[in-house]
Amino acid sequence: MIRFILGRFAGMILVLFIVSVVTFGIFQIGPIFANASPVFYYIGKAPATPQLVAALEHRYGFDQPIPVQYFNFIGGIFGKSITDGVSQTVQCPFPCFGYSFRQNELVSVLIGRAIPVSVSIIVGAAVLWLVGGVAVGTASALRPGTFIDRAGMTGALAAVSLPIFFTGPVLLLIFVYGLGWLPTIQYASLLDDPLRWLQSVILPWIALAFLFAALYARLTRSNMLETMGEDYIRTARAKGLDRRTVIVKHGLRAALTPIVTIFGIDVGTLIGTTVITESVFNLRGLGYLSIQAVTQQDLPIILGVTIVAALGLVIANFVVDVLYAFIDPRVAV
Amino acid sequence: MSIGGPTEFEAVTAADGMNTDPSGDDAPADIQGRSLASIAWRRLRRDKVALAGGVVIVLFVLVAVFADLIAAVYGQNPDRQNNLGPTSPINDVTGLPNGAFGGISPEHILGVIPLSGQDLFINLVYGARTSLSVAITATALSLVLGVSLGLIAGYFRGWADTVISRTMDVLLSFPTLLFSIALIAVVSYINSDPAIRFYILVFVLGFFAFPYIGRIVRGQVLSLREKEFVEAARSLGAGNIRIMFREIAPNLFGPILVYTTLSIPNNMLGEAGLSFLGLGLVGTPSWGQLLSDANQYLQVDPFYLFLPGLAIFIAVLAFNLFGDGLRDALDPKSTR
Repeated sequence: MIRFILGRFAGMILVLFIVSVVTFGIFQIGPIFANASPVFYYIGKAPATPQLVAALEHRYGFDQPIPVQYFNFIGGIFGKSITDGVSQTVQCPFPCFGYSFRQNELVSVLIGRAIPVSVSIIVGAAVLWLVGGVAVGTASALRPGTFIDRAGMTGALAAVSLPIFFTGPVLLLIFVYGLGWLPTIQYASLLDDPLRWLQSVILPWIALAFLFAALYARLTRSNMLETMGEDYIRTARAKGLDRRTVIVKHGLRAALTPIVTIFGIDVGTLIGTTVITESVFNLRGLGYLSIQAVTQQDLPIILGVTIVAALGLVIANFVVDVLYAFIDPRVAV
Repeated sequence: MSIGGPTEFEAVTAADGMNTDPSGDDAPADIQGRSLASIAWRRLRRDKVALAGGVVIVLFVLVAVFADLIAAVYGQNPDRQNNLGPTSPINDVTGLPNGAFGGISPEHILGVIPLSGQDLFINLVYGARTSLSVAITATALSLVLGVSLGLIAGYFRGWADTVISRTMDVLLSFPTLLFSIALIAVVSYINSDPAIRFYILVFVLGFFAFPYIGRIVRGQVLSLREKEFVEAARSLGAGNIRIMFREIAPNLFGPILVYTTLSIPNNMLGEAGLSFLGLGLVGTPSWGQLLSDANQYLQVDPFYLFLPGLAIFIAVLAFNLFGDGLRDALDPKSTR
């Protein structure tokens, strides 16, 4: 087991390494094709004399070989002093992703501010979609072919076909502008103002959960149907156990194991990829930060957010793999 | 690629073409062997929902292909602004469409876009062209990469399999959406040619999706390569290339077809999502772009939001329904 965990850990580090190399590479190799200086990606498309460009390249280390630049960047994550927007030297502690000259702030500070917003959205939505999806899927699987099953599965197929940038505005239209049950979305921290926090995240939860619940319902249904057809289920019924016990203790338990795996990975993937949800509901999470950085061509932020998102993803993968190995020890052999 | 959507491509069940017993259907009077394709077609023909999806798909494809013809007959084009003059459908003061439901009139059957007065119907028609062309090309890219690499990995095994499988694992744990955003940002910074956006969109949607079909193909090939007909072909002197493409590949038809019909709607959503974020094609109408524009008029002209939203919904749902039906029809375990 220890060997398995170490192996997976090494895999996780490898993926992180590759993601960082590729992301860094885009920004370093891209300019070569355009005969432009990478400096522009950091300071924006400002008109500058060749001398100034050269001086800036030297200051930010772009005149060094690319591998050296990469290791400087990675080493820099653990803390270094950098030059800020007004040429002051500031200390950039771990995790340091450089300085955003557009927003005049350390990238790590910006990311640190955005993470609670994204996490608030994801955690609430995840609980909703897991409960909702499994409930609908189980209900469908227990009465295959009936009206409940058909309604559930048709609804689920319709829901996967609805993009969040359509359901989101429709929800806003109904609950904020139409019925007026909710105020216009203004994010507040859970600790500062719990009511406003809930008011700002409830619609994103519903919109996200709607999409994911549909997939989980379909998955639960097919897993459940397969499990309920197994011999041991029949044996349990034959022993005289009541239907409810068999469904919950024997059926659902086995059917849910693969779903929990996917659930872990989905939650990990969502860190940083709730871009559209955040932009529909105007919430300043990680996704919003990165899309704003794209429009402002503020590349240190994009680089930082991408690496943080990759970290979320590989950690989720790692945790799921290890948990799975504990649930089903055959995996680790 | 999934746009804020679930990571796992929905299990495209492998419809193994081999050893299918044709007796599942109503038994024919005289026993005759039926090919998998004919069995699947018989099942599909009875699946009304899937067929309805198929009809809608054909309609969308026709609209996309004949967009120019529709524009000529209809007498509008997506760029034409109708916001000046006494007969303009746009209110001079508010900039909103005159009349109910976003300014529906005989000239503008689905109304007009606020401020510019561009015709919404013809924008949706050209949006279908954008959506389908990006989605189909991206799917083709992931198919070419996924099938050929999956074939190589499954057929040769050994180090080729290790390299390809590991690469696919890494790609599957990539923060795809953020990476695409970064890539599109850098590329459009280097090259502002609008045409380049098409290629980059196709690349990010198609390239990151190839491991899904690659894994399916690899798994299938691993079992197919041990079958007797492969051994027979080899004993007749067939080379590796011939065995891979002429003997094994035709048996992958089922899973590939199912993957294709389920990957196109995924890519349509991906294209619309990136367009919604302002990272889509430049200079051509797209549904995602229209939705993002409609968001600005959410309170004053909600009708504008519903039309592109419905267009995406109907098109994607049609592909999903058809793909689902196809999967059931091609599944040898299915008794329908």
